[in-house]
Amino acid sequence: MTETITGAAAPAVDSAAGISDTETRRQPSSSRPAGARPRTRRRTGAGAILGLTPFAFYVVVFLAAPTVVAVASGFVDGQGRFTLSNLTGLAEPAIAGSFFGAFWLSAVTAVVGAIAGAALCFAMLGARQGGVTRSLVDSASSVLAQFGGVMLAFAFIATIGAQGLVTVLLRTVAHVNIYENGVWLYTVPGLILPYLYFQIPLMVITFMPALEGLRPQWLEATATLGGSRWTYWRRVGGPILLPSFLGSLLLLFANAFSSYATAAALVGQANNIVSLQIRQALISETVLGRANLAGAMALGMLLVMVVVMLAYSALVRRTARWQR
Amino acid sequence: MTTKRARVAGFAAAAAVVALSLSACSGGASASTADNTSIATATDAASAGGMDALVAAAKKEGSLNIIATPGDWANYQEIFDGFTKKYGITINPSQDSASSQEEIDAAKKLKGQDTAPDTFDIGSSVALANTQYFAAYKPAGWNDIPDAQKEKSGLWKVGYYGVMAVGYDANKIKTAPKSFGDLLKPEFKGAVALNGNPTQAAAAAGAVAYATLQNGGTLDDLTAGVDWFSKLKKAGNWNAADGKPNTIASGETPVLLDWSFNQKGYATSATIKSGGVDWKYVVLPGTAYVGYYNQAISKDAPHPAAARLWEEYLYSDAAQNAWLKGGAYPVRVDAMQKAGTLDTADFPGTLDKVAVMSDKQATDAGTLLNSTWANAVG
Repeated sequence: MTETITGAAAPAVDSAAGISDTETRRQPSSSRPAGARPRTRRRTGAGAILGLTPFAFYVVVFLAAPTVVAVASGFVDGQGRFTLSNLTGLAEPAIAGSFFGAFWLSAVTAVVGAIAGAALCFAMLGARQGGVTRSLVDSASSVLAQFGGVMLAFAFIATIGAQGLVTVLLRTVAHVNIYENGVWLYTVPGLILPYLYFQIPLMVITFMPALEGLRPQWLEATATLGGSRWTYWRRVGGPILLPSFLGSLLLLFANAFSSYATAAALVGQANNIVSLQIRQALISETVLGRANLAGAMALGMLLVMVVVMLAYSALVRRTARWQR
Repeated sequence: MTTKRARVAGFAAAAAVVALSLSACSGGASASTADNTSIATATDAASAGGMDALVAAAKKEGSLNIIATPGDWANYQEIFDGFTKKYGITINPSQDSASSQEEIDAAKKLKGQDTAPDTFDIGSSVALANTQYFAAYKPAGWNDIPDAQKEKSGLWKVGYYGVMAVGYDANKIKTAPKSFGDLLKPEFKGAVALNGNPTQAAAAAGAVAYATLQNGGTLDDLTAGVDWFSKLKKAGNWNAADGKPNTIASGETPVLLDWSFNQKGYATSATIKSGGVDWKYVVLPGTAYVGYYNQAISKDAPHPAAARLWEEYLYSDAAQNAWLKGGAYPVRVDAMQKAGTLDTADFPGTLDKVAVMSDKQATDAGTLLNSTWANAVG
């Protein structure tokens, strides 16, 4: 078995913050044989703090400060006085419904993305490590997992929009009208397809290292002890992979839940997910004076993200046990 | 917004207006040496030191920041070109597709910077809620503006208004729709779109109001309109794309409910024609739904003289006729008709039955749309 050190070079980053930064999210792969390299002692002191400063500054200025400002805006009224009334606004049917809508959309794309992504990973196990197929899927996944926002929305409009290339081809050549009952691409359920476009590659990136970490020796050991392939998956492989699978699932959920630009570019009408409700509260010229409600909704989203990311990091810690 | 409230105060307002303009006129002569600081607070050309001083000061500033008024909205391009040609002042447009609320937000966020908006073209409810950001100014032609269509000190004034109209691509839709009932027919499958989301954009909320009026409802309660859209959705005729010039040109939105002044722009746009689209529009029989767009100068305008000169230009016959040509009703339409300065070739005729939302109706409509719209079409 040839060993690579590509995965081992990237440390696991599990901050609740940089969702988009999935590339750094690779877990340490087990491809480094245990004890092959001596662990360097962790450096401490002034040097380490100095090294951390640019990153810390970046996080504070571009993440922590805006988050505090946004959430704080949920606790004042239009005149800047303290109030809790924005929080009660969260119970409005339209807003509660948008939280439900975001949950639903995120859950569906996370589950489908996780299953499809995991299947792709299993398929990749059959390909030679370092081979063309494997590196192609690897690099494509890394790129596509970051492909979102307005570009992704436009790509979908141009291919399967009402007048998209594929839509028109299907209609004129195959006489199939995919929009027989209305153009679903611009509705919240229509977001499932574009979201999967980045969810599946993200699953491949996060789950592949775990799968690669399964050692052939474990299968051999099971066989030696008289276990079948099924026993191996049920008693050894499955339990080892489960936390990693669930962790990736949560990451996918968080990724979809916090998405805004793709949805904003595609969905104009029914703002049934919470990030679009925030947009509406901020910019509406027909329903006025709800800008502070946006802060309360941001707080709601933040709480969901904190819970999800805490669960994620707990699962990652559990996964890591088998990946040393 | 309406005008009921303003009408009640009509006489008082008119008296105040007369008094103010008289005093302004008398003050004009002595203010001929006005510098830029006094121009920043000038409430008409006279208090800015006269039109010549205003023009000179505006030319010195050299540019004007405009927000959320794309050239293809209400024939603005012709007005931009006319203004720049006449005064040599560059126009810097920004945030073409922003809402009225975003215009105010931009003024707040960019305050003190030279990129902040100088003037606003703004829907009525947002204008009423944000008068503290406006500088009072009365351009020439102020007295031609009906009392109900201006704030009496000049904080805002209607510039032009439009009626809701049904636009369609005549290459795809062979017979023009004659009623909202027609739009539910199978030949409109997946076709009918709005210009924006009614919970966000006044043009789209206007379409729901129009649907309400056309389905026997009143502006007090837009439920009939929301229900109609939910029927449209069930019939499979609803198109969730945001109708814009580019979606019309690409054929994404073959039917669009929008203001008459936008429809006329679409019908004459070369880009849309080159997309193989033959755009036409109809105002259906029955009560017409009118939407006002107001003009206001930002209190913190980085180019206070250019902003005031721009307003003088907007209320001149040239710009008013440009709006008319673009399918809008300019606010001085009646006075210009009397004076014979209206380009009658472009005049679609007086509206006989119109409905305009009052401030309260607009608030109620917002509340209703906020709670029902997403489910009606989601």
